[in-house]
Amino acid sequence: MRANDSISLDVLSGTIHGIIGENGAGKSTLMSILYGFYQPDSGLIELDGISSAFKQPSEAIAMGIGMVHQHFMLVPNFTALENIILGAEGQKGLKTGLQLAREKLQELSQTYGLEVELDSITEELPVGIQQRIEILKALYRGARVLILDEPTGVLTPQETDQLFEILKALKSEGVTILLITHKLHEVMAITDVVSVMRQGKLVAHTKTNETSPEWLAEQMVGRSVLVNSQFAPGKPDKIALSAHNVCVSDKRGFNSLKSVSFELREGEILGVAGIAGNGQSELLSVLSGIIKPAIGAFAIGENLFNSSQPADPAFLRQLGIAHVPEDRHAEGLILQFQAFESSVLGYETNPKLGRNLLTDPNIIKEHCSELMNSFDVRPPNPKLLSSQFSGGNQQKLVLAREISSMPKVLLVGQPTRGVDIGAIEFIHNTLIKMRDRGCAILLVSVELEEILSLSDRIMVMNAGEVVGTVDKLDATKSMLGKMMAGIAAGAASASSASASPELTSPNLKGGV
Amino acid sequence: MADFWFQFLLALDSTLRVATPLIFAAMAGIFSERSGIIDISLEGKMLMAAFVAAAVAYGTGSPWIGALAAIIVSVLAGLLHGFACIIHRGNQVISGLAINILASGLTVIIGIALFRQGGQTPTLPKSARFNSIELPFAQYVADNIPILGVVYKELISGHNILVWLALASVGITYYILFKTTFGLRLRAVGEKPEALDSAGISVSKMRFQAIIIAGILCGLAGVYLSTATGAGFVKEMTAGKGYIALAAMIFGKWRPVPALYACLMFGFLEAVAARVQGAEFPIIGEISSDLLLALPYVLTVVLLAGFIGGVSPPRAIGQPYIKER
Amino acid sequence: MQTSRLPAYVDILIIPFLNLLTALFVAGIIIAIIGENPFTALSVMLKGAFIYKGGLGYTLFYTTNFIFTGLAVAVAFHAMLFNIGGEGQAAMGGLGIGLVALSLGGVIPAPFVILLAILGSALFGAFWGVIPGYLQAKRGSHIVITTIMFNFIASSILIWLLAGILMAPNQMSPETASFADGVMLFKIHEILNSMGFSVARSPLNISFALALLCCFAVWVLIWRTRLGYRIRATGFSTKASTYAGYRPEWIIILVMAISGGLAGMMAVNEILGVQHRVILNFTSGYGFTGIAVALMGRNHPVGIIFASLLFGALYQGGAELDFEFQTITRDMVVMIQGLIILFSGALAYMFNPILERFFSANTPQKEMLDG
Repeated sequence: MRANDSISLDVLSGTIHGIIGENGAGKSTLMSILYGFYQPDSGLIELDGISSAFKQPSEAIAMGIGMVHQHFMLVPNFTALENIILGAEGQKGLKTGLQLAREKLQELSQTYGLEVELDSITEELPVGIQQRIEILKALYRGARVLILDEPTGVLTPQETDQLFEILKALKSEGVTILLITHKLHEVMAITDVVSVMRQGKLVAHTKTNETSPEWLAEQMVGRSVLVNSQFAPGKPDKIALSAHNVCVSDKRGFNSLKSVSFELREGEILGVAGIAGNGQSELLSVLSGIIKPAIGAFAIGENLFNSSQPADPAFLRQLGIAHVPEDRHAEGLILQFQAFESSVLGYETNPKLGRNLLTDPNIIKEHCSELMNSFDVRPPNPKLLSSQFSGGNQQKLVLAREISSMPKVLLVGQPTRGVDIGAIEFIHNTLIKMRDRGCAILLVSVELEEILSLSDRIMVMNAGEVVGTVDKLDATKSMLGKMMAGIAAGAASASSASASPELTSPNLKGGV
Repeated sequence: MADFWFQFLLALDSTLRVATPLIFAAMAGIFSERSGIIDISLEGKMLMAAFVAAAVAYGTGSPWIGALAAIIVSVLAGLLHGFACIIHRGNQVISGLAINILASGLTVIIGIALFRQGGQTPTLPKSARFNSIELPFAQYVADNIPILGVVYKELISGHNILVWLALASVGITYYILFKTTFGLRLRAVGEKPEALDSAGISVSKMRFQAIIIAGILCGLAGVYLSTATGAGFVKEMTAGKGYIALAAMIFGKWRPVPALYACLMFGFLEAVAARVQGAEFPIIGEISSDLLLALPYVLTVVLLAGFIGGVSPPRAIGQPYIKER
Repeated sequence: MQTSRLPAYVDILIIPFLNLLTALFVAGIIIAIIGENPFTALSVMLKGAFIYKGGLGYTLFYTTNFIFTGLAVAVAFHAMLFNIGGEGQAAMGGLGIGLVALSLGGVIPAPFVILLAILGSALFGAFWGVIPGYLQAKRGSHIVITTIMFNFIASSILIWLLAGILMAPNQMSPETASFADGVMLFKIHEILNSMGFSVARSPLNISFALALLCCFAVWVLIWRTRLGYRIRATGFSTKASTYAGYRPEWIIILVMAISGGLAGMMAVNEILGVQHRVILNFTSGYGFTGIAVALMGRNHPVGIIFASLLFGALYQGGAELDFEFQTITRDMVVMIQGLIILFSGALAYMFNPILERFFSANTPQKEMLDG
């Protein structure tokens, strides 16, 4: 499959042009080619009527194209100023270069509203400010065309609004902006024109004020998509897991989780909504035993886990807690293992997998085959390297492994990230089936549609705290959006479980 | 007591002599590792340079030509390391180790082929070596000015030019790394090569440049060993100095001036170890010079274990740079 | 370590073979430069290694050393750890043997002394490996640097002891007293001679069998036990290992203990098998060769046996070269070793582009399918 297939695109100067598409549709590749990071196999690029094939970024930069990458290209221990001038230091020596840059940046900051403390160390700055450094880098080099690749993935809603103000200011100064994103609401909010990419091809091109999110979504996917699938609600039973006042702090003393309490019942899906980086990852890590809480505890049945009695992932698995991690490449699978070896990660102690003390690869391969068949993992070849499966199939394999142990509690993080539509449907159906069999599921996802579609209750997190918990029936996107921004709307439903006074485990001590 | 003081002064004097190759090599390591390339092969480059310097000096009668040849060879060895690590993205530790082992064998083989003396070069006459430079009035000052005069004569005067060059290299390294554009980019390459790549600057080119500088410095270290402080090449004459330089570089947290101090400290330990064998000290009794010689290594381990503050190497070190698709 | 996409047999057989050929080719050029005939040199080496009287025995004797140190490096590599400390661990292993043999020799029956001495070598070697392992796991100290440092420290300790309190009385050179009678391993040629076969003298002893046993044990450990699974998982991904609950820190420490123990046992061959006293520098570079062996042998016991045999032949053949040629010494073997490490380690995948083109033309593509 070609990453980019015969793409023709005209961008008008002084506009904000959105390029939208699913993960893997080819957007980033296209932008990297425009920027000179990669070379196209064929085709040509024209800038202001001048044909330009950029063999390297320096040529693109010279022609006035600047790129703000999704993953920042900043040296963590340099100052903001050093990062901005890196590569464009000028010919008169470093000291002079820094001085001249400081003056020019003063101007730029004021013109576009991009305030940055030039002498602060980059890694100590908040993400939103780091992004400004990226933008200033491009503007400092005289960019008249600015390409932004998924800029809002790491921003809070507030920071996103600030970014959009900056983009509008840039546009009014005549800068052309190409915005790559997969978020429909952003495209609708700020772009003038939008193009849709699907499977490497450009499939649609329209003025933003002449279209709608539904139409765009359909173009992105290629068929009619129900943005919200309707599943029958779950039937919650007894409490499977409860958390009480869980706090986590990292090495720098920063509190990534603050006083999180909730209950999770069998037969329900509790969705954890929020922008990435607000404590959800830490929550999953605590509940799966990877890190221990500094304060607080969680309980599963008779078992209590806190900082003096830490949980251990192996022990938790024995208790019936399964975990589909957020990062399947780094944690869920071992890419260099063959599929059958990845299929027993965490479960290799199963005595059925060998005789006496030794493991038998043939038994493991058979076990893997069974999993692959029941979960439609393609190709169903246990000997293939884990890295050779597509994202969706990798995810299905991880899910198969975790579910096959018939867990009582299933912790799931970003189950459909980087997964194609067909596999998404399968995974969603599987989760619902598990729920209906009595499994208690904690679903963490940054995709609000997914949360709304699958959850029975939705717990929203912001800055490490639970802002509130709502029933699915009461939840609306705008309410959740506000909660994700930290506004505890009084719209939390009556069944809110932020601090439940009655926890059934008899061993629970408050505040420990 | 005066004798102890005099011995101490001599030890300090010795320190500078011993530390000189360490200083050159440590600076070399800093350049290489700051650009993201692990360099275990300081030892091997030094050894090859020492051999070539002595051999060519013997053949031409000029230590300067010997030095030039040695530097060229050291740079070539570095380029080999670069070829393996940068172009073929090979494992940097293994490549460094291979160069060290290769150097051990190759120097002796060629030495025997050329000189038939079991691997060493013939002794170099004074004219083919770098000799000590007596500073003006050294003897007069020593005889007539108390304390400082002796210090002037024994400690400051009487070193050869390479010692001064080594000290200068520290300042030069500092200046290049922190006060020039090249240095800014070099440090960026070792921390986050993508930043440089996306700004349109070649990561490979920067790393090769760093390796070449490292090669020059290691070359000077080797030159010093065989044509300045020694009178010819002897089999395995580097005797682990390359590894001590590595330790000093880590001790100095990849910064030139702290690394200099580490080199001086390690040099001092070696100088003291030579003097201490057999001597009786109050309370401690006899100190084994064998154990003293192990101190630099022990101290480095203690440092690495985080007991005297921690170390963090350049972030992107050891990982070949591959553009992500 | 990169994984290549070529069929397994190419990875395990053809690439190492190509690497070896390249190394020998370069060595041949250097031999020619110094004025000797490379082909004559090669033939002398092969004869010295296998054909001349006692040659095979010597070759296998060296092979034994390399199996131990190669296994040590390989086991650590499976957890993605570079154990460069084989020299020091083997030296400490020798010290362990010495301490056991000197204190218990003549006190309890010799076979028990031997068994305890072997145990001692493994324990001392393990100890010398565990410390860097612990520092890496718990304090993040880079194991490459610490093991290099520990090599030097071990050497200093041994010099200090052998020239000091362990020195044999009435001796001038730094070495211990000889072990008691009987505290030595049977030589293979003695065994075969007593069975009626006429076999030339050589230092080859029954530690060779121990080495082969260790090969089997390592294979079982790494590929057929749950611990081995966890070791390999940790080597590829510490995050996945943590996720699975394996506690990578303890895996690292355990692996370094096993690795150090294997290297320590190399001393059994040298000290218990041949020297019968502890001397300086008996490790003489075998630890570093272990790295070459592990690389060539692809960290697999079968590959290690073949690679060890290769290096054993190189060493013994090198001695013959030294004997027969005026201009070539055993340093030639050191150089070839360096070349092999270079080609199988750093430039291992130099041939991959060519090979991939060749092989992908012939085998069907195993492409990933979209779900």
